[in-house]
Amino acid sequence: MKHVIAIFKKQLKDTVKNKAVLIQFIMFPVMTLIMNNAIQINDLPKNFFVLLFAAMYIGMAPLTALSAIIAEEKEQNTLRVLLMSNVRPTAYLLGTGSYVWICCLLGSAVICFAGSYTPKERIFFMLTMSVGIFASLLLGAAIGTYSKTQMMATSLMVPVMIFFSFLPMLSLFNNTIAKVAKFTYSEQIRLALSEIGDPHISGESVCIVAANMLLFAGLFLTAYKKTLSADA
Amino acid sequence: MNDTIITENLSHCFGAHTVLDKLSFKVQEGEVFGLLGPSGAGKTTLIKILTGQLTQTDGHASLLGADTRKLGREEHAGIGAMMDNFGLYERLSVYDNLAFYAEIYQVPHRQIAKMVTDILKSMKLYDSRKTAVSGLSKGMKNRLSLARALMNHAKVLFLDEPTSGLDPATTREIHDVLREQKAKGTTIFLTTHNMFEAESLCDHVGLLSGGHLIEYGEPDEICRKYNHLNRIEITLKNGETITLTNDCTAAAPLANYLEREEISAIHSTEPTLESVFIELTGKGLD
Repeated sequence: MKHVIAIFKKQLKDTVKNKAVLIQFIMFPVMTLIMNNAIQINDLPKNFFVLLFAAMYIGMAPLTALSAIIAEEKEQNTLRVLLMSNVRPTAYLLGTGSYVWICCLLGSAVICFAGSYTPKERIFFMLTMSVGIFASLLLGAAIGTYSKTQMMATSLMVPVMIFFSFLPMLSLFNNTIAKVAKFTYSEQIRLALSEIGDPHISGESVCIVAANMLLFAGLFLTAYKKTLSADA
Repeated sequence: MNDTIITENLSHCFGAHTVLDKLSFKVQEGEVFGLLGPSGAGKTTLIKILTGQLTQTDGHASLLGADTRKLGREEHAGIGAMMDNFGLYERLSVYDNLAFYAEIYQVPHRQIAKMVTDILKSMKLYDSRKTAVSGLSKGMKNRLSLARALMNHAKVLFLDEPTSGLDPATTREIHDVLREQKAKGTTIFLTTHNMFEAESLCDHVGLLSGGHLIEYGEPDEICRKYNHLNRIEITLKNGETITLTNDCTAAAPLANYLEREEISAIHSTEPTLESVFIELTGKGLD
């Protein structure tokens, strides 16, 4: 546990100086605040920008931040030195993952408070976001672990990020895309958030999110085994 | 003396490519062992296996009495490592890098500041304590990386090319620190392609080429073993340099130059680890 806390604190200090990661955490919350207050259209659905940016935030911020952090640690050799210093891979992932998770939850809180919700709805919003962020973290960990360099992580992460963060937005405007998008966790999170006034979580939604998580966990384990057996 | 490191028929392959082939050697407690070999010889792979980051394909390796495939908390706590490309957090300050590792090594919180300050002063980095690592010179990064490796009072230090690309003054400083550690009884395993470093620091060296340990022993002993490489180098007054084999065949030409008073300088060139390596492999260490 001490290792997890030390890694968490180190990550906190490092991110303050790492603009590339820092911007991932604050870009969508700030955009939500701006768009929500600046754009007033009569027929716009309630909390339109909040829902739109919340789904994009889930598909983008945790994934890019965690994959970038892990890939950088691999490229700079800091991860190897940490593992040689009696830090277990699980402790490293917990320290880094929990840091990104909490940062993203803080960003989600900003997005949530930009919307018009009751206290009960806010709790549901945050719980739903935390599940989505966790799924994204699994995928980010898989990409970061698989990549030998930050460049490789970026080239893998960008199409994946675009797929998961833009599908929920595009599904608002196209039914065919919506039919495909519903199999992604980010779309399911958007749907859950859009029904926040009348929360009922269907078995299908739970299965889709769980299947996504299982797939990402499988990808992570495969990447991890590959890293262990390779000259990483 | 206990053996800190033991390898027996240690082999490792990446796919069809054999990186290490049946290595067998021992490193005793308190000894400085140097592994010499050119880039790609398998030095870093061997460090990874010995520190438990990589599982060998075949053979056995032990560190501090434990199988390297099953290193526990106690063995890991006894390892200090300085890798070839530092492994430092570039955006964090010099102080924060060491303070982070003090936490990783579970130094009590109230002792961290004093411990880090002391080690920074001893490594002549105290004045740069607030500087981000990205702003340090290569020599300073090397010293910081070594400071981190020394923080947990390791029983065994793994140093991957500790002075590669450094100026002579910084190299000497690092050598002094390593001699201090040896005096304290720390076992040091270093990889290098610098023969002078190996000759001046190491009790034993191993020459690694193509995954094979082609020679092992004390540096002097290895050089004596290959004494047939000994040469006499004569510089004539006209600037010409003549190299003769250091045996009876040199007597006649040498006498001839002496009689004609043509010799400006004369000295013998004993075999070095590099010349031995070249003799054995047909290529240099760099």
